[in-house]
Amino acid sequence: MNWPPNNKVLYGTLLIVAVLAPILFPNYQAQMAYMWLMVVLAMTWDIQGGQMGYNSFGNIIFFGIGMYTTAVVQRAMFFNFDDYEQTAGTLHAITASDYVTSLVVGGAGSAILCVIVAVVLGSAVLGLRGHYFAICTLGLGIAAGEIAGGIDFIGAGSGMVTPVFPDGLGEKGLFFYIIFFTLAVLCHFTLKKLYAGRFGLTLNAIRDDEDKAEAMGLRTTRYKSVAWAVSAFFLGIAGGAMGNLIGYIDPIDTAFAGSTFGVWMVLMAILGGKGTIWGPVIGAIIFHITQELLWTLLFGWQRVALGAIIVAIVVFFPQGIMGFIRDRWPHLMGQTVDKSLTADKSKEGAA
Amino acid sequence: MWDNLLILVQAPIFNLQLLVDGILIGAVFALAAYGMALVWGVMNIINIAQGEFVILGGFVTWWLASKGMNPFLGIPASFIVLFVVGWIIYKIVIRRVVDQDLFISILATFGISILLQQLMNLVFDSDVRTVESGLGTYFMLDNTITVAEIKVVGFVLAIALGLTLGAFMTKSKIGQAIRATAQNARAARILGINTDRVYAVTYSLNAAICGSAGALVVMTWNVQAFQGLAYTVRSFMIVVVAGVGNLPAVVISALGLGALENFAGFILGIEFQMAFIFSLLVVILVWRNFRLKKHRQVLR
Repeated sequence: MNWPPNNKVLYGTLLIVAVLAPILFPNYQAQMAYMWLMVVLAMTWDIQGGQMGYNSFGNIIFFGIGMYTTAVVQRAMFFNFDDYEQTAGTLHAITASDYVTSLVVGGAGSAILCVIVAVVLGSAVLGLRGHYFAICTLGLGIAAGEIAGGIDFIGAGSGMVTPVFPDGLGEKGLFFYIIFFTLAVLCHFTLKKLYAGRFGLTLNAIRDDEDKAEAMGLRTTRYKSVAWAVSAFFLGIAGGAMGNLIGYIDPIDTAFAGSTFGVWMVLMAILGGKGTIWGPVIGAIIFHITQELLWTLLFGWQRVALGAIIVAIVVFFPQGIMGFIRDRWPHLMGQTVDKSLTADKSKEGAA
Repeated sequence: MWDNLLILVQAPIFNLQLLVDGILIGAVFALAAYGMALVWGVMNIINIAQGEFVILGGFVTWWLASKGMNPFLGIPASFIVLFVVGWIIYKIVIRRVVDQDLFISILATFGISILLQQLMNLVFDSDVRTVESGLGTYFMLDNTITVAEIKVVGFVLAIALGLTLGAFMTKSKIGQAIRATAQNARAARILGINTDRVYAVTYSLNAAICGSAGALVVMTWNVQAFQGLAYTVRSFMIVVVAGVGNLPAVVISALGLGALENFAGFILGIEFQMAFIFSLLVVILVWRNFRLKKHRQVLR
């Protein structure tokens, strides 16, 4: 894909905007940190949902596993288990350098654990096709939340508290803004690199016709597992940082939050246009801004609106924003249109 | 957990109690699963909103009962209300996704499920609701087994409803049209069957079946706005185990699931019952797929 025509200009502009945004609007740093988190969520969902053609409703498990792992690592590094439980993490404030160290170690631990879980689970679950996979992952996501709510080691149903954000690291919002922005950038370039090569082509082949891909000698389950592991890697780190940003982990409402983040990542990816590299980014940014601006106007009807929006997008606008642009102005995407074939082309784009 | 297991070994009568309770509730699962198999077989859609229809049926009955109506009239009332709801949903959404691939239809019903679930949460609150049926309890075997009368009545009604539906599908004109469409939609269209109408009736009928199942659930158990997904998953499991077109197998596996779930809830503790259901789904799917893989096939 040649779009955008000039990468340097685009990336330069985005970088300037991303650097200036928290400086110009210091009151919204935390919200903007959330926005980059959303971008990561949408991009990682799109690996399955868009490129691979597998509806995954359970990617949230990696988010939750990452969140818990980071919190457990932080607790194990600096706190006595019993003290921590009794004082809910408030008694001992840890120093800035310890905090950063624990976050790095925790993040690495989360990433590794999530990749392992993805590969192990994936070898079993990713053998399933289509709707079986979709409902299986739906079950996985909820089972994970229910199980986490019953394990005393991680606080069971009453949840876990993450360490208090220490002095000396500047604004909490800015700190996490930098983390999530870096993560989003890393995720973007990793995916770009992966999609450009054989890996991306294989995923697309699986989406288009898995039987034929298999007949061509591609080890499809292996590729699918690796793709899931890539998702899990980024989701694990994002979850770990998210736990620290919120400061409190509830098994069902924050960690394995199927009804918020789990749904949002699907919605954002299909809104922006699944199967494109910029679609999820655009979808996430639009969704997050809309959510911040208009959500409060809905007076508790937000989640109803969420369901309605999903239905509306899926039924009436399945190609998403990027897909719409591709259909409407194909030359922007570096696609040339043979005038004699225009009618067929529009059908192809919608498929 | 081991303590509970020990109880079952030392007092075998508990096993019977759990088994009876489980089988009685299983009949309700069979209804929802039958509806799911119907939509799946005829329209090739997995309806994720299945459980929400059940819960909505329960809420309709609860609302009518709170207005002073006999709860048993809630069964036909929920049937009618849900039929209308199903028809509306079909006309607005499902009609547009029937011919498209599963990727689209599963996302669309997923969206409907969230929509209904949150709507019910707003309209009926997130409280757990139940309806008093006003029936007594049977005591059997020297009072060691207690069976609520309503559970038996619910079981009988569920079976009766299932048999009526079976007769409807084989005897009535529209039932035959539904089965013809399931076999070959294109041929059915050529022979003058209005498949769009058949789809509409199928989907609405499914919603209505779930609605009356929900009416039974609210009388024997309870309903809550966010419980829907569990019923979807149960129906899905039952259909996967039984096969889409196999009604007796659906009933047997539904009763089996009811009993299994009851035992698991007792042994693992009630807080793990949901975890058990959703984990069981994963295990069943992976196991089925693993078995098929030996023959170089996959679940489709």
